[in-house]
Amino acid sequence: MMKNSMIGVLVLALFSLAGAAAEKEPGFFVIRGARIIPVVGEEIPAGMILVRNGRIEAVGRSLAIPEGAEIIEAAGLSAYPGMIDSCTSLGLNEISNVAATVDSSEIGRINPQLRIADALHMDSVHVPIARASGITAAHVVPSGPFIAGQSGIIRLNGRIVEDMIVKSPAFMRIYFQAAPQFIGGSMAPGGKPDDLAKELKEILENARVYQKNKKASENNPAMTRPEFDEALEFLLPVINGQLSVMLDVGSEDEIKAAIKLVKEEKLNAIFFGAEEAWKTAKEIKEAGIPVILSNMYNLPSNWEDGYDARYRLPAELQKAGVKFALASDKYLPPFCIDLPYQASKAAAFGLDKAEALKSVTIYPAEILGVADIMGSLEPGKAANIVLADGDILDRRTQIKRVFIDGRSVDLSNKYTELLKKYEEKN
Amino acid sequence: MKKFIALLGACLTLVTGPMPAGAQDILIKNATVLTVTRGTFPGTDILILGGIIRKIGEHIEAAKGVRVVDATGRYAVPGLFDSHTHIGVTDVNEMGETITPEVSVADVLTAEDIRIFYCLTGGVTMVHTMHGSGNPIGGRNATIKMKWGKTPEEMIVPQAYPTIKFAQGENIKQSYYNPPTPRYPKSRMGVAAIVRGELLKAREYMEEWDRYETAKRARKPAGFLLPPRRDLRLEALADVLRGKLLVRCHTYRADESLEMVKLSKELGFKIACLDHASEAFKIAKELAAAGIGISVFTDSWSYKLETAEGIAYNAAACAKNGVLVSLNSDGGPQMQYMFNEAAKTMKFGGLSADEALKLITINPAIQLGVDGIAGSLEAGKHGDVAIFSKHPLDSYARCEMTIIEGEVYFDRDQDMKERQEKKNADAEKDKVKKES
Repeated sequence: MMKNSMIGVLVLALFSLAGAAAEKEPGFFVIRGARIIPVVGEEIPAGMILVRNGRIEAVGRSLAIPEGAEIIEAAGLSAYPGMIDSCTSLGLNEISNVAATVDSSEIGRINPQLRIADALHMDSVHVPIARASGITAAHVVPSGPFIAGQSGIIRLNGRIVEDMIVKSPAFMRIYFQAAPQFIGGSMAPGGKPDDLAKELKEILENARVYQKNKKASENNPAMTRPEFDEALEFLLPVINGQLSVMLDVGSEDEIKAAIKLVKEEKLNAIFFGAEEAWKTAKEIKEAGIPVILSNMYNLPSNWEDGYDARYRLPAELQKAGVKFALASDKYLPPFCIDLPYQASKAAAFGLDKAEALKSVTIYPAEILGVADIMGSLEPGKAANIVLADGDILDRRTQIKRVFIDGRSVDLSNKYTELLKKYEEKN
Repeated sequence: MKKFIALLGACLTLVTGPMPAGAQDILIKNATVLTVTRGTFPGTDILILGGIIRKIGEHIEAAKGVRVVDATGRYAVPGLFDSHTHIGVTDVNEMGETITPEVSVADVLTAEDIRIFYCLTGGVTMVHTMHGSGNPIGGRNATIKMKWGKTPEEMIVPQAYPTIKFAQGENIKQSYYNPPTPRYPKSRMGVAAIVRGELLKAREYMEEWDRYETAKRARKPAGFLLPPRRDLRLEALADVLRGKLLVRCHTYRADESLEMVKLSKELGFKIACLDHASEAFKIAKELAAAGIGISVFTDSWSYKLETAEGIAYNAAACAKNGVLVSLNSDGGPQMQYMFNEAAKTMKFGGLSADEALKLITINPAIQLGVDGIAGSLEAGKHGDVAIFSKHPLDSYARCEMTIIEGEVYFDRDQDMKERQEKKNADAEKDKVKKES
């Protein structure tokens, strides 16, 4: 018994050492023989990917293998770019009903000063699970009844928060819906679009005046500085066009009011949710506002729209030429692993299969402003690569290897660890 | 031949009882038939007459009056079964009391819940709709078919086991109530104690009645013999002890699941199935030995503390260890995509396609005692069939048609057509309005 447990400890120690070693430095390697789906560019039935210094150096049918490069045989596997979840509370929300484990929202309606990067829990059990599902990056977003705070984009690998941050702040999230939301243990009311637009315009105007007075006082020593205003301070990047807003919209009215607001206030904006975007696709397209779709699995709000209203929305937006990406469901981290299946569901209801794949890879990268470093298997981009034994949008497929920034990541997670523990016990 | 079929039909009618009301005759042509229990057959027809599957085979000819559905390139599966939901009812929880076995969801069925239709759009034909998990001993449940447009009486499946909802854990403790009600029980000790206490009370009640019945039947009954006072609450619990009413217990943690199994042995009631049971993989051996099945989610977890170890491998790990496993939506949106949920057990735990399909067809049917009429495609069973565009476990698959007892309750093409017609009519109305 004693001996057994000693060996167990030894094996465990070795195992974690090996894991750590694999993750520490980016590898220098060639993936050989995989079917390559670069997402941008032609599919290669059997090809090679050269990775060095965390980046993809080359992708092709046949590459000269540089000296010292490790060869990873991947015949029979498919290589995809890592998927990007374009809206989640991963790292902020552990067990949604246990308040002590939830840091995705604050008291109050106007909280532009909040930043997800300040509260990210890198040891969340949901991160390794999402990673093992082929998701390598995520847009992590705070929630709130109105101005919720600043989102950030993270890579799903790293020892400390700084390792994980790709971009922060990414967007200022503003809830622009009438529907109440479950926040902080109770239902928080939304607001009518016209009222919310009016309130937001006032706040933004206050920020402009605040900035003007601040500048004036800097140039004029006789003038007193305006009193420091935390909320307005963090809205300055928004009014100056340096920080885009993510507006949660749902109904046709909300979408139209939001488009008007974005135009009048000259905001850089993306939409989130947009359940009735199919009714307003033309207007959204004209305004050039990209949309992040979510909650595809929810039952439709209005049965008159058809049982498949949510399922066919991506196809309708594609047809109308609206730029869109898919996010996992309900912001909740356990649903991250459903991201690819939202895409295949959309494909079952009219979206082109290649577009479905793009809506969880290159489109989110473009909408989130990180397409220069992720979203496809192209030379120069971060080596975020998923090796799977089939179509990654199909539930029957197993993910075999995941690389993030050229590092081979450990695919074990709470699911596999608990399974193993009880298989041994039983 | 026809004579033979008619004869066979007559025999089967005897076996399966009277023909279901509103039954239709339909021939599904040239589908890949996934029987679930007897293999997969490409290019095969299914003949449903009088609501019952009469024949599955190649080149079946349709008699006059039989509707023919061309399913070339499509997949026919048994109508799917959602083994734990809360749809088609106007109320879910009786929260005025802690012990409420006298209430029944069958008393509050409604045929007007749009979710009945949503179930059909995902191939679901039968559900076990349940009392909520607010009480340690809740109300009685009902098994119903998704006969959208029919009456509640027509939806009920009389062949199903009568079941009653028990519940344990954080919902009973009201751990997430804001503010919580000041009621007993507030701990897992209290939950076990109250279940034990109530059933002991019911045992005495049962004994009182038994004594009275015996005394009444005596050769010389006492002249002053009075029956005990009838108590509907204890009456229902006595039925639990008599094994007439089977327990479906809402449970999460492995320890409390085993506690319920222990209570059932101690007091002598029968557990039909443990519901949610997200830690069942930890006690698969014990559950298999006790012959107790589970009805679970695939990967919904981490929403309460007691779900923090409810891993996605649970269903497959239990199925592989001899536990009868079914999947459920709990009334969540999964009701529209149970087939997608089943596919996840291939990813998490490597079940075969047939094993995965069993979780949403024959297994829940066995758990509710309706495997004689549903859960697989076999001659003699009810004509409950779902037709998919691809293999239902393929993530790109879409349900095209759902049939109950030979009657088409959902037809995607028809639905789209009706939607378009309504759109045109609305546009026409708007035009008239604008012009006038």
